[in-house]
Amino acid sequence: MSVPRVLLGILAEGPAHGYDIKLAHDRRFPGARPLAFGQVYAALAKLDKDGLVEVVERVREAGPDRTTYAITDAGRDALVGWLSAPEPAGPYAADDLVRKTVTALRLGRDATGFLAGQRQVHLDAMKGLLDLQATTNDVAARIVIDHAVEHLDADLRWLETAAARVGSSTEDRKVDA
Amino acid sequence: MTVLLQAKSVRKSFAQTEALRGVSVEFNAGETVAITGPSGSGKSTLLLCLAGILRPVAGEVTYDRQRLDLLGEADRTRLRRREMGVVLQFGQLVPELTAVQNVVLPLLLERHERAAARRLALSWLERLGAADLADKVPAELSGGQAQRVAVARALVSGPRVVFADEPTGALDTVAGEQVLGQLVGAVRDAGATLVMVTHDNRVAASADREIVLRDGAVEAAGIAT
Repeated sequence: MSVPRVLLGILAEGPAHGYDIKLAHDRRFPGARPLAFGQVYAALAKLDKDGLVEVVERVREAGPDRTTYAITDAGRDALVGWLSAPEPAGPYAADDLVRKTVTALRLGRDATGFLAGQRQVHLDAMKGLLDLQATTNDVAARIVIDHAVEHLDADLRWLETAAARVGSSTEDRKVDA
Repeated sequence: MTVLLQAKSVRKSFAQTEALRGVSVEFNAGETVAITGPSGSGKSTLLLCLAGILRPVAGEVTYDRQRLDLLGEADRTRLRRREMGVVLQFGQLVPELTAVQNVVLPLLLERHERAAARRLALSWLERLGAADLADKVPAELSGGQAQRVAVARALVSGPRVVFADEPTGALDTVAGEQVLGQLVGAVRDAGATLVMVTHDNRVAASADREIVLRDGAVEAAGIAT
């Protein structure tokens, strides 16, 4: 999980406290699930323990403590190392789309209806992302949305291939149980 | 909703191959519809029948209460020029003419006054972010630029229905997305109906609904949302 590294990237632009870091993260990844506060504080605690960030200020106001974090030199080195290393490809293990389709086929059920319904859900999700894409000119935000759109596109192509295979096969009921 | 265009039990064959085996579909005024399906499923043939470019061997195609399939070639061409716009995969611009001359062409064929036609053509090029391309010939345009000019040409005469066959098919993702956004936006703004044949899931997602063809028949037709 690369959330701690992304948080390092945010802190590389200047010290910030947890709440602002969360907001900056969510702004960077429009359309993605917002980061939970618990995740932010857990990641910051781990980074602090590893010496990659440090606490530079702790203010006690009416509410809870506001702790401001800054990236350390070791943190900058770790960030640069992370940015220059390619990510492993995959693994693209079966997700729920595949599990459901395979289970239906193994049971000798017609998966075509499910595949068609799923296509509509995916197209609706893609439409939402394309609408979101049209609202921003920020290249980084657009790239985040592209990533989600391309994955939906890959799923849609898989749904199409699966529907064609199921449709053309007369052996459906002979799939090994 | 008003049904503007309708195909009823349309059949079309080429030699021994039956491309459409009794297709019935309807299009409401102002809606954007994607026709999708595997290669050879009959998508483009259906589009050409709906646009009155091909004549079905059986069945009916009705546009605004007129039976297109009963009209002669000349009447269909006249109706298409007045009421319909067509965008194809590779733009199909006239290579010897500049962008603006390409856009003016449908207006001149309808005997519009030359200077007014040119002004209107330029305003459409501007609307599509292609004003600076007006005096370039197609060979000087990128695929995306040529397609924007083709969209301007399809819209310049104020059609009530626009047909697009793989409008993003020859373009990379970013250029395709721009052309798609401009095509869908411009047609919606004009309140016209848009019928797009496509392999591109982005195009399908941009539509109000999708009609899926398989082996020359309708597999699924989404409900307008």
